[in-house]
This record gives sequence, structure tokens and C-alpha cells, in this order.
Amino acid sequence: MNEFTSGFWTAYIAIITVASILACGVLLWKLSTKRLAPGQKAGVVGHVWDENLEEYNNPLPRWWMWLFWITLAFGVGYLVLYPGLGSFAGVLKWSSTGQYQREQAHAKERYEPIFANYAAMDIPAVAADGQAREIGQRLFLNYCSQCHASDARGGRGFPDLTDEDWLYGGNPEAIVATIQQGRSGIMPPWPQLGEEGIRNVTHYVLQISGRTHDELKAVQGEAVFAANCAACHGADGKGNPALGAPNLTDEIWLYGGGETSIEESVSKGRNGQMPAWGEFLGADKTHVLAAYVYGLSQPAQQ
Amino acid sequence: MNDISQPATIPPQPAEPVEQALYEIRKKIYPRAVTGSFATARWAFVWLTQLIYYGLPWLTWNDRQAVLFDLASRKFYIFGLVFWPQDIVYLTVLLIVSAYSLFLFTAVAGRLWCGYACPQTVYTEMFMWIERKVEGERLARMKLDRGGLSVRKLSLKAIKHGLWIALALWTGFTFVGYFTPITLLWGKVWSAGLGGWETFWILFYGFATYGNAGWMREQVCKYMCPYARFQGVMFDPDTLIITYDRKRGEPRGARGKGVDYKAKGLGDCVDCGICVQVCPTGIDIRNGLQYECIGCGACVDGCDQVMAKLDYPKGLIRYSTENALQQGLGGKQIARRMVRPRVLLYGGILVVIVIAALATLAARVPVKVDVIRDRANVTRDSGDPLVQNVYRLQIMNTQERAARFTVAVHGIEGIKLLGEPQPIEVRPASSRWVPVRIEVPRQSASPGSNPIQFIVESVGEPPIRIVEKTTFVVQ
Repeated sequence: MNEFTSGFWTAYIAIITVASILACGVLLWKLSTKRLAPGQKAGVVGHVWDENLEEYNNPLPRWWMWLFWITLAFGVGYLVLYPGLGSFAGVLKWSSTGQYQREQAHAKERYEPIFANYAAMDIPAVAADGQAREIGQRLFLNYCSQCHASDARGGRGFPDLTDEDWLYGGNPEAIVATIQQGRSGIMPPWPQLGEEGIRNVTHYVLQISGRTHDELKAVQGEAVFAANCAACHGADGKGNPALGAPNLTDEIWLYGGGETSIEESVSKGRNGQMPAWGEFLGADKTHVLAAYVYGLSQPAQQ
Repeated sequence: MNDISQPATIPPQPAEPVEQALYEIRKKIYPRAVTGSFATARWAFVWLTQLIYYGLPWLTWNDRQAVLFDLASRKFYIFGLVFWPQDIVYLTVLLIVSAYSLFLFTAVAGRLWCGYACPQTVYTEMFMWIERKVEGERLARMKLDRGGLSVRKLSLKAIKHGLWIALALWTGFTFVGYFTPITLLWGKVWSAGLGGWETFWILFYGFATYGNAGWMREQVCKYMCPYARFQGVMFDPDTLIITYDRKRGEPRGARGKGVDYKAKGLGDCVDCGICVQVCPTGIDIRNGLQYECIGCGACVDGCDQVMAKLDYPKGLIRYSTENALQQGLGGKQIARRMVRPRVLLYGGILVVIVIAALATLAARVPVKVDVIRDRANVTRDSGDPLVQNVYRLQIMNTQERAARFTVAVHGIEGIKLLGEPQPIEVRPASSRWVPVRIEVPRQSASPGSNPIQFIVESVGEPPIRIVEKTTFVVQ
């Protein structure tokens, strides 16, 4: 915070605070040292309400006075121990960041052994462990389900993680890499193909995925595909996991497999983003989470 | 109306006494020990409440503490029942039942709670018992306090406070034992392994017990307790209160033995002052009903003993009602007047609430289900013509054994539930997230939200069937 404020504001706050406490103390001292001599009558404040209602100016009751002194002493003690006087950090050097870090360290101490235990096992073995699966599911529901859905079957633009079709490969190492570093699934837009070229290549894609298509357009589109798309999607259209280029011949579609969807993919491109979680989750949690995701598509898993 | 412009015409009263202290200085009360039916009843309540309080946390049930309020995992165990935060309504019911019981008892017989069951009374009784055993009877205690410092005085005071503090600490320990398993806590005490909050609460509750029962005593009732103040509104002239029979007792006065006091014009009260000496709040009941009176009946016991010694009929001070004293009603008439709208209303409401609470408790389903629809992926195409929605079911099993459930779904023609293999097992006293997907043929649902129901049923005993409503969204 100090970079935003000059030393003036620290002094300003500190002086007002200290002066207020002193003023309260002086006022209290003034009002509570007054005592009535025997026979002396307490004066009247001077206000009259409702015809004859008046307020006596009696000395403060002792218990009340002591409570006030205790409050003041508490305030002074607090300001010495904890941050409060401008940018003075307090004798205890307490900060919310410090407390957060302490709690983090405490949690780490408690949970690290559990995760370390799994980190020593390979991912298929972790995936077969019931407790690890429960931990993995909780991690998944917390961090992944917003995009990939609670059942991990994804949605439009977000891959299904339970099938055996993997954009970047489904071996444990690839899954770990995806979670840790994230992925950018970029399909560039192809306006240069022209309206006709786009339509033709769309029908070619429909053809190789076994969908209803226009035969003539597909034939024309084949050449366009070979010249422009095959570099990533492969000559046979079966994709390339190294690039994350999807297989276009199966019935699995990330952005929809209808004619309009495919046309839109070609003409406008697609920009899928899987964020990197490595730093946030740490290696051990990533390991358990990757095992959960790996297990989702293993048919042997119950 | 007076003329506002002339407020100063009210003459100041010159003879008005000057108030030096704004608050009354406490006069220490040395209640005299008393025996009798009311004292016996109070001791019975002390034993009953304290056996429950100190003993309950040591009982086990289902291999765990029978009564344990586990704040950290948010589960309250009370014998066979396990309450989760969702059951908070039962706490409300408990408070309502307590309040109406208090109203009813108060309307019928005044401050029964204060006289017999209130912790302030109960612990004061226990602390006074210790005091009496250590320092002696009323007169001995007064003499001890008046006397100067001596080894005897110091050692007696040290013993008394030592015993008080021991009892207070045990009370604080027991209190924390309702929240931390008490056997574990006991081990922690001896291995110096108590946590910060456990230490704080043992000391704080102990300090409160020691301070309230040892030092504050009747001042709590007179100045701090809200019940003491508002119980007055539940009184009426037919409420049983502790009364002094003025007609019979006055004029009071001392008399020689065997003297015909009636011929001398004296009443039954011999003005021995026992009723004042035994009073734990230091009042004179012969001045009539006072707000300080906690209805303990000590003066009744004290007076009855004196009456018995003198061969006078008992009951110069007794439980009676205002109307009974004025109109000379007998016991039967007092009893008949107990049936009055106020009592019937309090009693009726109490009975209804207790029956309702018992019925809902008996019909309580030990399993809860929450359905949460995935919000990011609203509708998913799963190959023409089917659409899917994804839900998370949270199945909470509050039973202390594992349970298995089947999940079904209704509401739309051709609706199908996919996902998690069934039956779904949920561990004892825990909850489980179950992601499921629902598939519906597009033509059988209308665009927008369609109401559907999840039906969760238990496999085996006890038969449980929970219906949760939710919606299926088609975009």
C-alpha cells in the first residue's frame, strides 16, 4: 500500500488517532475526577423537555468509568501490537498475508504426505486407487467442471474427457502436460479460400466424416483440403496430436459437426484455450488430477 | 395541560436528600442453611441437572461420545440422532419449547425455573454448600468475615476458594467436553496438549462459574437477568407465588412460651427473622411480592419449622395466590383457577409444538439430497435428436452406517439417466457428489426449462425415498 501513499497520510492518520485517544482520556479524566462533596447537589444540565423533564449532571458511575478506561487501554494495546497507526506494522508484525501463509503452510503439512504418497506411484496405479479417485474428483469438480462439465463430458468448445479421442494424446504424460502448461487450440480463419472454396472444403470434410454431403462440391473441396488443411489435419484428415489438430474423420466434434458449424470453423477459425494450471495446483495435485482424468477413459475402470 | 413557558414554577425541594452513591453498595448476604420440602426439592434438582451435565459427556453410543457437538465437522450427535446444519430448525423448535415451558410454569407457579433449575441457583447452591462445610454456619461465617486477618481465616478462605476453583474448572472442562471428545480432552489436559481455544473456554467457563456462583450470586438475578424482569408480565392474581399471610401473622411480635398471644392481640408471626436470614436474595417476604424473590421457598421451609416448634399451624408463609389471600380461597378454588385462558393458551401452544416436533423428528429422513445443475454448459447436443443436461447430486447420508442408493428421473417423455453406476454407495455420516447426465429426445421437451424430478431411493433398510425437483433446459 505504501507505494500509493506518501508519508503525509501515515502521519495524518497516526496523529488523528493518537489525538483522539488522548482527547477521550482527558475528557474522561475531567468528568470522572469531579466528586460531590457531602451535602452538595448535582447541578442540572440546563435542558428542559416535556415541560419539566431535566437532566442531572451527576458524576460518572465508577464501573462505567473503568469500562471506558479499559476500552482506551485496549485501544492503545491494540495499536501497539497490530497495524493501525498509519503504516506502522505493529510489534507483532501481523498481516493478513502472513496469516494466509501460515494457514497454507499448516494445510500443506497436513495434506502433503497424502499427495506425496500418490506422487511416488505412476499414473495408471493412482487411477486405480479408490481414495485417489475421490480426491481427483473433488479437484476436478472444483477446478475443471466449469468448462468440462461435472461429468467431464465437456460441451461445445470444451473437449469430452471420457472418450478415447484425444486432441493432444491421451497418455499420462500428455495429460499432465495439458494440465500444467495449458493448450491453445488455434484453427486459423481461411477467408482467402473464398466463399466457394470454403463451401467445397466443408463438403469434403462432411464426406470424410461419413456425413451427408454434396458429391460434386466434395470432389472440388478435396484439392482445397490437400493444399491448405492437410498440413495440420493430415492428408487423410485424421489429425495430428502433436499440433492438437482434431481428427476430422470420426464422429466427434468440438464445435459441432453440422454444415454451418464446419463452415464457420473454416471461415472464421477457432480459438480454444485451456489455461495452464501447473503453477496453481503444483506437481502433486496435478498428478492426482491427471490420474483421475486418465481413469475416466479407461474402460477397465469401474 | 400546564403552560410550557413556566416550567420553572415547579418548586425545587430543598429537603431532598443528596444521593452520594448512584448505585447501591452490595450488602453481603449470609443465607442461613435451611431444611424442608422445598430445600429437598431444590437439592433433588441440583442432583438431577448436575448428574446430567457432568455425566452425559462420558457416555458412549455407537462407539462414539453419546452427546457431542462437533463444530469442526458440523455434526451434532445426540444419542442415536445425528444433526447436520440443515437440521437447524430443530434448534429453533427446542428454543420455542423452552420459552413456552418457561411461560407456562411462570403463569402457573411463578419463578419455578429460578428457584430450582436455573444454573445460577444450582451452582450457587453447590458453592454455598462448600462454603458452609468450610467456613461453618451463617453466624460463624459472619464472625469470620468481621474478624481480623489470622492464619485460620486465611487458611479457611484458601480452602474455600481452592475447592470453588476446582469445581469451577471441572465445570469448564465438562463444558468443553461437549465439543471436543471428553476422553481425548482429558488426555490433553494431562499431556499439556490443550489447544488455545480449548484452554480459553475451560478457563472462561470456569471463571464465569466461579464468579457468578461464588461472588455475584443474587446480583445476577437482581441486576443482570432478563428473565427476572420480564417474568413479571406472565404473573397475574391467580399465579402461585410465595406469600406471607398478613392477616394471620400481624401484628407480629415476640412472646413468651405458653402465653395466650391472641389475648395480647398478637398474630402468628413471632418476628424471629428466620425468613429473612434464609433468603438467598436478602429480602423480607413479609413486605409482599418483590422482584428480587426467586421463588426458592427457603422462607417457607424456615417458617414452617418455627411454626412446628411453637405448635402453630404451618403455612404462615406459603405458596398461594394474590386472589386467594384477598378472598380467602381454599386449595380447591386455587386449583380451579389454574384453568384460565393464559394457562390454557401457553399450555395449548406448548403441547402443539411438542407434538409437532416429535412427529417431525420421528418422520425425519436421515438422508438429504441436493441437486445442482451445471451452469456453464447449459444444454449439450448428444447426437441428433438427443439433448443432455448435467447435474451434480449431493447425497448426504446422516446415518452412522454406509447406505446405497438408486437414482431415477421423471418428468419428460423418454427421459434417461446416464452416468455413475448404480447403486451408489455413500459412507457413514458423510456426503458424496455424484455427477449425472440426463438425456431427453429434443421433440419431447419444450425449449426453455422443463420441470423434472430426481428420485433417490435407498437399497435395503430403512426404506427412504426422496424426491427433488429441478429443471431440464433445452436451448
